[in-house]
Amino acid sequence: MHDLPQQNAKIAELFQDLHPPFEPQAAVIESNRCLNCFDAPCTTACPTHIDVPRFIKKIASGNLRGSALGILEANVLAASCSRVCPVQVLCEGACVMHRYNKQPIAIGRLQRFAMDSFHANGGALPKQSHEEHSQKIACLGAGPASLAAAAELKQRGYQVTVFDKRPQPGGLNTYGVAEYKLPLPDSLREIKLIEDLSVQFRFGVEVGRDIPIEDLEKQFDFIFLGVGLGAMHKLDIPGGDHPAVIDALEFIANYKTARATSIQGKVVVIGAGNTAIDAANAAARLGANTVSILYRRTLTHISAFDFEYEHSVQEGVTFHWLTQPVAIHTSNGKLSSVECMRMEIAADGSPRPVANSNFQIGCDLIIPAIGQSPLLNFLAQCNVRLEKGRVAVDRATGQTTNPKYFAGGDCVNGGREVVDAVAEGKRAGIAIAKALEATHV
Amino acid sequence: MSKSVTRPSTQPDISVNFAGIRSPNPFWLASAPPTNSAEQIMRAFDAGWGGAVWKTIGAQITNVSSRYSSIDWNGQRMMGFNNIELISDRPLEDNLREITAVKKRYPKNAVVASLMVESTREAWHTIVQQAEDAGSDGLELNFGCPHGMSERGMGSAVGQVPEYTEMITAWVKEKARTPVIVKLTPNISDIRTVARAAKRGGADALSAINTINSVTGIDLDTFIPSPNVGGKSSHGGYCGPAVKPIALNMVQQVMSDPEAALPISGIGGIATWRDAAEFILLGSGTVQVCTAAMHYGYRIVEDMIDGLQNWMAEKNFANIEAFRGLSLPKVTEWKHLDLNYKIVARIDESKCIGCDLCYTACWDGAHQCIHLDRVTGPIDGPVEMHKNPHDIEVAARDNITVTPIPKLDPPKPTEGPYPTPLARIPRVDETECVGCNLCSLVCPVENCINMIEVDTGLPPESWEERTADTLTGKSC
Repeated sequence: MHDLPQQNAKIAELFQDLHPPFEPQAAVIESNRCLNCFDAPCTTACPTHIDVPRFIKKIASGNLRGSALGILEANVLAASCSRVCPVQVLCEGACVMHRYNKQPIAIGRLQRFAMDSFHANGGALPKQSHEEHSQKIACLGAGPASLAAAAELKQRGYQVTVFDKRPQPGGLNTYGVAEYKLPLPDSLREIKLIEDLSVQFRFGVEVGRDIPIEDLEKQFDFIFLGVGLGAMHKLDIPGGDHPAVIDALEFIANYKTARATSIQGKVVVIGAGNTAIDAANAAARLGANTVSILYRRTLTHISAFDFEYEHSVQEGVTFHWLTQPVAIHTSNGKLSSVECMRMEIAADGSPRPVANSNFQIGCDLIIPAIGQSPLLNFLAQCNVRLEKGRVAVDRATGQTTNPKYFAGGDCVNGGREVVDAVAEGKRAGIAIAKALEATHV
Repeated sequence: MSKSVTRPSTQPDISVNFAGIRSPNPFWLASAPPTNSAEQIMRAFDAGWGGAVWKTIGAQITNVSSRYSSIDWNGQRMMGFNNIELISDRPLEDNLREITAVKKRYPKNAVVASLMVESTREAWHTIVQQAEDAGSDGLELNFGCPHGMSERGMGSAVGQVPEYTEMITAWVKEKARTPVIVKLTPNISDIRTVARAAKRGGADALSAINTINSVTGIDLDTFIPSPNVGGKSSHGGYCGPAVKPIALNMVQQVMSDPEAALPISGIGGIATWRDAAEFILLGSGTVQVCTAAMHYGYRIVEDMIDGLQNWMAEKNFANIEAFRGLSLPKVTEWKHLDLNYKIVARIDESKCIGCDLCYTACWDGAHQCIHLDRVTGPIDGPVEMHKNPHDIEVAARDNITVTPIPKLDPPKPTEGPYPTPLARIPRVDETECVGCNLCSLVCPVENCINMIEVDTGLPPESWEERTADTLTGKSC
């Protein structure tokens, strides 16, 4: 990962910045608008508790380096968080300006401004300790949770190795975020700073298959589980295994790595979460003639954020509510339609099929986005307690029921935001460091 | 003050007679770049300005480049302004000829010639004669310019020495047939000493203040202060909104001193009709404006006139004299203030937005009597019983927050009856509140924190009265 790849030109053109960066003077004007609240609600609302007024007022004073370092102290993936966070429900949602002159401070864009400036000036992550300790920690998965834990521990002088089965680090931050929010090279640019701390990365290695977990347990003092979730749920209906049925994460990774830079025809996305919306918007931008989202319940039940839904409508995506796919039909080996059934919401709130309501929606590509399954087989090898398929941890430390293991990110929270994974990884990193300090004496 | 519903049938009269100089309104352009030429002044009169004090005429000078610098504040440009420009750099004859031309075309507007020459009786007699022959309605003696000219024994070099001020004023009065205004410099320990000298010298009026000595700032890359003249700078004269409170104080000092008080033209940071009204309430007969006109152009006078007239109509003031000086009796020495008058801060919970700036201001900058433990803490009591700012911030950082997912985490209703959660609405411990105003000053929301009078049950008592009583043994 020493040479950062360039964004594919076609993809760059199709997926231009949704929220363009601030010009320097605009950033200062916006920074000056911030009231500088005491114990600011934006800071409390941020899972990583970035001291928002502090970094904003440093932009206003022209101390951009200090601004970025203050942000990084709380969140080592602050550059990507500034672009992928659902700020409407986090920092900006908590801004007191909603009750003042209505427009919240553009915290996300200001954070991006500080981080862009930091990267442009060749900024490096600072070390918290110049001492090197011999203790070793393995971080499994190179997604946001592991990266945050790894950076925290390495900054404190511990030896960290990150394992991932993919060829590049970042997990969903690199392979799963809509390109108009965060281009793939920008995710890698940020992670390069963690690598520069001398965190070791081993790519293309699946622990539990390529390396027995027992070997890691012997070699490392602690193991951090940042493995995320497993494969996406299959569309378990007749025809669901057709090659033109591609799950949303694979579809997104394909275009982000420029393996697919255009599509044609009618696209049907199944599910109405944030990933479904990312896939549907991408399909529209890549050239699909029509893009439809099928959801078995109604708008009020979707797990996507309101602003994601509204954005998708603007991108031209059509929503079919109370629609459940039941079979996929082909013609001459190609997809022809998806057969659906009307649903209704029963008195108890659950969706129920309407008898004799089947109908066809023509399609050339189907993208199921109906959630990911947990990595149950792998987690069973780690001897940690699971609750509803999630690794059970002490929330303040990320400690699992197995004293050797800490955990954070999607495998613990069931699939939330990058910023949640970073917060959990950092808390675990601090807790592991404390446990190791106790052995220094 | 009760608001009257009946308004005068005609617009309030804002014309003035300032020490014998008539003007359709009290708004004059100060002697400065906006009054450099007839062409400019005629456009200014067309825009509505009542008068103009011509850019100072006198000995020939040469200016430098650059000449101005300013202070921006929180994104606002030219909060304070500074210049190192000298008096008019145009030939004296041109200025005199243009004064005549302007007076001919605008006989009702006031044209005042600002004068500065070397400190000899002959020089002053000559320039007075020339300005009056040109047709100026009055003379303003520039004893205030703080830079450049002062090094040559003129400007503030005169205004800082009461004896010189009195002497030159007297020379001018020997010759002048029109009213003589002495412009005062603020760069002196007590402005009244020079004002008294001017009055003794026979001045008909005063104007105050001229600019304040200043270094506006230093470039952190080149280390050169601004304005930069080929790598060096020089102290300049400071003006603009930042200096208004200093000017108001000096006008008040002069106008409250019987030995100094004369008709006064108020100057310093005036940009709106509100600023003008304040100067008039402290006794000013006219006001002079420069920085605001340099920033936004002559057009600003439209709202100055309109706003002042609307306000006068609302307050039932038929003319300027009806309210001129009304606030002077309301300024007194500290020793006469009532020690038993008490106010406390009260926060309107329905208006509070939860920024908690009042809390941090009260703890760090005042008397530690605003608290954030409305939900959990004691109602009144000493500081030790309440959480301090550090504890509150630490607790907030230890709080674990996650991104709410619409399906899993429905939005929680706000706790409490107000738009802002109760835990973020500060409250005031009124037993500890000293009524300092700080919280209400930092609060960004209008009328959210009000200072309410509380009855101490004690009769009014000033420091002077209290210490007099102590001396007579009546109380301590």
